[in-house]
Amino acid sequence: MPECALTRTQFHLLQTESKDLLAAQKLKVLVCAGTGCVANGSMKVYDTLKAACETRGLNVCVALREEGGENSVHLKKSGCHGFCEIGPLVSIEPLDILYTHVHPEDCEEIIEKTLLGGEVIDRLLYHKDGQAYQRRDDIPFYKLQHRIVLRDSGKSDAEEILEYIANGGYSAFEKALFEMNGEEICKTISDSGLRGRGGGGFPAGRKWESVRRNVSDVKYVVCNGDEGDPGAFMDQGVMEGNPHSVIEGMLIAGVATGATEGYIYVRAEYPLAVKRLRIAIAKAEELGLLGDNIMGSGFSFHMHINRGAGAFVCGEGSALTSSIEGKRGMPRVKPPRTVDKGLWAKPTVLNNVETYANVPQIVLNGAGWYRSVGTENSPGTKTFALTGNVVNTGLVEVPMGTTLRQVIYDIGGGIKDGKKFKAVQIGGPSGGCLTEEHLDLPLDFDSLKKVGAIIGSGGMVVMDEDTCMVEVARFFMNFTQNESCGKCVPCREGTKRMLEILERIIRNEGELEDLDTLESLANTITEASLCGLGQTACKPVLSTLKYFRNEYLAHVVDKHCPHCNGRKRHLEINPKLCRGCGKCKRNCPMEAISGELRQPHTIDVTKCIHCGACWGACPFGAIDAIEEEG
Amino acid sequence: MDASNAMLQRVEEIIDSYGCKRENIIAIMQDIQAEYKYLSRETLEKIAEKLGIGVAKVYSVATFYENFSLEAKGKYIVKVCNGTACHVRKSQPIYDGLREYLQLEGKQKTSADQLFTLETVACLGACSLAPAMTINDEVHAKMTPESAIALLEDIRRKEAVQNA
Repeated sequence: MPECALTRTQFHLLQTESKDLLAAQKLKVLVCAGTGCVANGSMKVYDTLKAACETRGLNVCVALREEGGENSVHLKKSGCHGFCEIGPLVSIEPLDILYTHVHPEDCEEIIEKTLLGGEVIDRLLYHKDGQAYQRRDDIPFYKLQHRIVLRDSGKSDAEEILEYIANGGYSAFEKALFEMNGEEICKTISDSGLRGRGGGGFPAGRKWESVRRNVSDVKYVVCNGDEGDPGAFMDQGVMEGNPHSVIEGMLIAGVATGATEGYIYVRAEYPLAVKRLRIAIAKAEELGLLGDNIMGSGFSFHMHINRGAGAFVCGEGSALTSSIEGKRGMPRVKPPRTVDKGLWAKPTVLNNVETYANVPQIVLNGAGWYRSVGTENSPGTKTFALTGNVVNTGLVEVPMGTTLRQVIYDIGGGIKDGKKFKAVQIGGPSGGCLTEEHLDLPLDFDSLKKVGAIIGSGGMVVMDEDTCMVEVARFFMNFTQNESCGKCVPCREGTKRMLEILERIIRNEGELEDLDTLESLANTITEASLCGLGQTACKPVLSTLKYFRNEYLAHVVDKHCPHCNGRKRHLEINPKLCRGCGKCKRNCPMEAISGELRQPHTIDVTKCIHCGACWGACPFGAIDAIEEEG
Repeated sequence: MDASNAMLQRVEEIIDSYGCKRENIIAIMQDIQAEYKYLSRETLEKIAEKLGIGVAKVYSVATFYENFSLEAKGKYIVKVCNGTACHVRKSQPIYDGLREYLQLEGKQKTSADQLFTLETVACLGACSLAPAMTINDEVHAKMTPESAIALLEDIRRKEAVQNA
């Protein structure tokens, strides 16, 4: 047995030391370093703050172990706060202030007034309806959230392992390692009712138990961070903001099932998440929380990161494992299931990022505690990426069973620009849309399934009254068609034909029977496809056909969609300009124009097909296109 | 030593750094592409040789994943996000505007001066900043066709000054 790098006693000392160090920090400034805020220039704010503090003779500390002395400011890069709309965000503790839209020019004032003077700068606070909010958790966007997975996001330094330990990190792993056996851990996870957050909602405990029971020389723990749904960034938030919670969850899965190797598969579009995870793994290895004979327990675990290369289908379990093996990421026929033959044909636990991030808290606080949040069949919380035509876009975490209305109106602040709500697309290209009638539906796995949508990974795109739902269906079909791996015929050929039909309908060239063809193709593809991508590819089409059939009819029958083609128009002859020459009448293919020679003519709108022949023929510019109301 | 030889030598170093393991082929190709922006035919042949697999196998992996390019790219890679959130906040006109500005026709992705390659990307995860765009991986938020073109014009101007 190799010697251990960190004994259990040393770990306890490290916990105490970290807690003391964190408690000793007087003034803390946390600059949000999530993808959203970084894109808005938060790193420039960080650099300016650092430089400005130093010129004023303040001692700037960036690591937990740095002793700053009296005149010190602890400057940190935090994970994503979730409310990216109002970024770059800077929070100041212990004053409990959240500054929004902070720019480098504001830094001097922040140091002068707030850091040195203890004064609040009203201009930088979040304002809504004439009220200023100083504390983050008082802002309506946060007030109704219940954060378990995102608990530390925005509140601690994402790159500092000691801070994670100071906040109780890795103590669930320690508990699992020394106080529980594999069976007990699996039972706790089963009892908690934790269901896979990647889309399927399969009970995590059952998965773990299957792997635990399988006898094999090697077993693997794989984390699916290939969050490919367009419009979803929950897992990105977790990996960037709290990478250690994912690693700890995977370690616990390793202890529970007897696996010794872990793989995190992250999509290449998340370079910051990859960087944070790499740092996190390196620090955990350095401390001895990853490696051989961890804390002298005899348990060893090694962690690897794989970057995806831009294939959505790799979010499917068997495609993901085949991609880790260095092959084309194509799904295979199941069974055998991943729990029996996964990575390199060995028993494999495969869960997504958010699922693992829940695990440490469940182990620490017990299954009963977890069940106290959420609903009977879907316990716990769920993170959602709230985007589209909604006032407050960002990352939210709410208990399962919260209604759509609460998420969109109370947290999201309603529809942008005072427009009317039309629909929300939930679950990305594999999901369906929900309409006004579903606003009071509780968000949980089973309720959504009943109405033809899924929670999916949690992407929630809000659409207002101006959105054409046929175009939304086309958008998703275009996406899935592009991402179809081509292995099975129904998905490869079927999605292509469906896309062609949808494109035809959008161009107002569709026929009524196209709608039946769409439905029949959708049913075949759903039944006959090999993997989840094909099986769910038609959901956006089916659900828009169900709830917004009139919009399809507008394209197919009226040949005019008020959203795509603007307001409906009709042609009219201006009697003041018309000289009654009769050119329009002669050119009209529909015989829709009537009138006596040298008298103003009129167009019969019931016969007119808007071909514009009269408009081209009229020498006096007397033909007008009139926009109709409504 | 000419440029192509230097490149192949560097490719070999990268493959060696992964211990010539077949399962690391994706990571190897990612590293090579990060340096050279695309995978040349010689590169693919070198990978096949070093990993002891057929060129067809290497080609099959390289063409499966969207991120790999077998064609040379411009100095600046511009990616317009076409995720759902960006799409509903009108990202398509940005892409169309840039195509027109760069005078790209048909399947052409790289501008004639080899300065820009225009691509779309399926969700950058910066949905709250929609519509978003990246230039060599730096994210630019809340774009319009006009502001996107202005960014590219800025780069063109700087490049012209540098080359003058």
